[in-house]
Amino acid sequence: MSDATGTTDAAEAPEAEEAPTDDARQAVLDQITAALGDAVLDSHIAVGRGLWVRVERDAWLEAAGHVRNGLGYHFFDYLSAIDWMPSPWGRYEYSAVDDGIRQFDPNAPVETGVAGGDTRFQVMCRLADIRRRQPHHNVVIKADLPDDDLRVASLVSLYPGANWHERECWEMFGITFDGHPGLRHLYLPGEFEGHPLRKDFPLLARLVKPWPGIVDVEPMPGEPAAEGDGEETEESS
Amino acid sequence: MTVTERQQLAYVDAQAADGRVNVELETDEGMILNLGPQHPATHGTLRVTAKLDGEQVVWADVVPGYMHRGYEKLTEVRTYPQVTTLVNRIDWLGSFANEVPFILAAEQLMEIEAPPRARHIRTILFEMARVANIVLFLGDLGVQLGAVTPAFYAFRDREHVLDQIEAVTGGRFHPNFDRIGGLKDDLPKGWIADTKAVMVRIRNYCDEIETLLFGNEIFEARTRGVGVVPAEVGLGYGLTGANIRASGVDWDLRRDGAIAGLAHGDVDWQVWTHPDGDSFARCWVRLQETRESTKIIDQLCDGLPGGPIMAKVPRIIKVPAGEAYVQTENPLGAMGYYVVSKGDLGPFRTKIRSASFSNVSIIPWLLKGVYVPDIITILASLYFILGDIDR
Amino acid sequence: MLTPAIELAYWEQSVLRTVGVLAAVLLPAGTLVYVFLFKMMSFMQSRLGPMEAGPYGSMQLLAEVGKFIQKEDIVPWRADRKLFALAPYVVVASVFLIYVAVPFGPDAMFANLDTGIFYILAVSSISVLGILIAGWASANKYSLLGGLRAAGQLIAYELPMVLAVVGVVIQAGTLNMQGIVAAQANGEIFGFGGIGNPFIFTQIIGFFIFLVAMQAELTQTPFDMPVAESELVSGYMTEYSGMRFLLFFIAEFASAGAFAAVAATLFLGGWSLPFVDLDTSWMNVVGPLVLLAKIMVVSFLVFWVRFTYPRFREDQLQQLAWKVLIPLSLVNILATMALKVAF
Repeated sequence: MSDATGTTDAAEAPEAEEAPTDDARQAVLDQITAALGDAVLDSHIAVGRGLWVRVERDAWLEAAGHVRNGLGYHFFDYLSAIDWMPSPWGRYEYSAVDDGIRQFDPNAPVETGVAGGDTRFQVMCRLADIRRRQPHHNVVIKADLPDDDLRVASLVSLYPGANWHERECWEMFGITFDGHPGLRHLYLPGEFEGHPLRKDFPLLARLVKPWPGIVDVEPMPGEPAAEGDGEETEESS
Repeated sequence: MTVTERQQLAYVDAQAADGRVNVELETDEGMILNLGPQHPATHGTLRVTAKLDGEQVVWADVVPGYMHRGYEKLTEVRTYPQVTTLVNRIDWLGSFANEVPFILAAEQLMEIEAPPRARHIRTILFEMARVANIVLFLGDLGVQLGAVTPAFYAFRDREHVLDQIEAVTGGRFHPNFDRIGGLKDDLPKGWIADTKAVMVRIRNYCDEIETLLFGNEIFEARTRGVGVVPAEVGLGYGLTGANIRASGVDWDLRRDGAIAGLAHGDVDWQVWTHPDGDSFARCWVRLQETRESTKIIDQLCDGLPGGPIMAKVPRIIKVPAGEAYVQTENPLGAMGYYVVSKGDLGPFRTKIRSASFSNVSIIPWLLKGVYVPDIITILASLYFILGDIDR
Repeated sequence: MLTPAIELAYWEQSVLRTVGVLAAVLLPAGTLVYVFLFKMMSFMQSRLGPMEAGPYGSMQLLAEVGKFIQKEDIVPWRADRKLFALAPYVVVASVFLIYVAVPFGPDAMFANLDTGIFYILAVSSISVLGILIAGWASANKYSLLGGLRAAGQLIAYELPMVLAVVGVVIQAGTLNMQGIVAAQANGEIFGFGGIGNPFIFTQIIGFFIFLVAMQAELTQTPFDMPVAESELVSGYMTEYSGMRFLLFFIAEFASAGAFAAVAATLFLGGWSLPFVDLDTSWMNVVGPLVLLAKIMVVSFLVFWVRFTYPRFREDQLQQLAWKVLIPLSLVNILATMALKVAF
């Protein structure tokens, strides 16, 4: 899993002089930082697209409370989690074509994404205000969860819609939500063991029958002969 | 242990597990009624367990997951072009609409813009998915409430829309037509004229269903005042689409979402809302939206720009690292994809925000104290697709 | 009793009566099923309906009967076996009993009862028992809900039906069915005696109330809460399959025919034709056909409404019966009484 090199994401550098700035989102971010202070660990503005804020785990409920009551973001979009560990099985393809298994290093530091992060699990939720009908009134709040203590406060007291989202998050990632009225399985049958969306939970269908990877080495009409084997071609439908 | 013994044990286990969810409290007041996974009223395998006191519901629990296919895990082992085939099947009635937010998110991360012609055709197909989806909803609405005939008219007119989608994409239900940077192919000859004729048909159908069903006193008696969702409660649960517009919240992602990849800003149309928030309002808003969609399609067909159908995209698509979230106004509500990319051939993590998941989460709250026939009305008016709830 | 020219022993008469009542019940039922359920419903829904079995699908009902007869008899293991088996027969029996008092011609009737219409209304309530038994004995919550809904609905709609009939009885002056037919055939409208005086003209309100009450008694949409297909799957009939379901099915359409026959007799003149004398003996052959035609007319209205309207909720249904139909029928009776005395 190598990072793509050579493509610069212009929106990732709001500090550059020539890059456009998103004043509206910056104003929202300033409000949040003013209210939460040190609890805001990191943030990111994608100009014209979105606002990410990473808070401390203990300030999760407080952050959501401020966003709801202080900013007026009453709309609950979703709540989910990201598991930043790369999959130990790579892309589940034949080992001849898939380096993921060889490259997997369980001790490697976790690479996280937008708005930083230190831990393997990050819980995120998106809140918005849709009544003001402007595209910048929304925020994605993230929080790191330590590997040995996967718990975070539940948002059900603020947003009743969080109930189902937290149940799904619990059963898929194993994150416990303190204060949730009843964490039980939403999708999975009652006796299911394990947390499927974690990266170390294998995709069993692909373990049973690995994907070949190489699909089509025939050149497209008017193109030179295909590249050497081992490279994947775009799946043409 | 023999095979039959194993089978019997498995059967007993399944029964016991089921029993734990469906505890019969014979001595308690009220009877537990299971609108089980197999039921004519739920659009698929949704299970609603209701505790009844006579004909009134005391509490209700919704058990989804009978159709959970694990889409979020499946996208992690696919390349970006392969994901469109997969997500077609989330909301299978308006299937082109499922591909769009994902493609737009990938295009956002790649900093690619589709050419104007592709934008317009994408929007046309997007709106046709909406028409196909809601026309079936209108027909099915009658069936849920007992009027069997309007459903046939819905299917008859929907066939023409599906024929048009098939003429362009090759598939009636699962088009798999959107590509990062544009579309797979251009429109066939004569398609625009045919589509405009089909839109005339759909408008006639909307008029027909308005007199046949919406003008019927029994329909009004069954739906007015039933299942009222106050706007605040709806926002807290994440209700989107016609459901929240029927509660008076004027929000439509096609107009307010600043979505660069679709061409709704180039045409003249309006958003419909209704102040009541009851089942009638939700059904009525969808009817008006269908009419509005036909007008959008007509305008887009008239003003279709020329040009290429696909931007310059590398043969092997590797999306740069980053995270993007794009939400569009799908037929069922607001559908969004949160795509986490690590610069690889496929997404690292995709969070699929499906509209029906949030729409259905309000049902336990909504069903308290309603009559059994009203359960059906409420389920019908909230309109969900199982694939959308369960992913 | 047939014409005095032929003397039949009592047992021969009984055999003839049995065969006759079977024909009288099954022929209208079959015709209604084919014309309305298979063909009219299909044409209303832009489709053709069954076309394979026989010319234009006319043998479809026979094929269905054959299919149902050879099915496995499934009884839920927690159901009350005896009651479960009894319920369809109770419902079918009540339909047969209705046909006994309906006149098909001047002499073609099974029993010429002096309290004809009173007997018919009384006997039509027996089907309620059958439905309740089916709902309870099925050991299925959906069936139970359907049965209880049926009980409330069918009992509630008996009253408007009876009161609507009272208007006819007042105008005819007799409870005897043949007498009611005679009153219509021999009556005059403002001196013109050609077509008689079918009570539909003067009793139009009563006819309307009778039709609505009939729709409810037959548990047809918009009053099909007991069999709400999209909620209770099949209501009280959910657990029935095979021959037992066929009995319910036949009972449903046969009772539609029976009530339509009663409505035709009360409001449209029964078996009588205009300009034809009541005593002519060939009317014993033509009369049933005339009555069948009038049955089709009334059933057309019933099924047309059935395939178009959505269904009422239970409390709205009850409100309609108690708060609208009963007062309306009482007003109808008062008006009839006043006008009968005046004219």
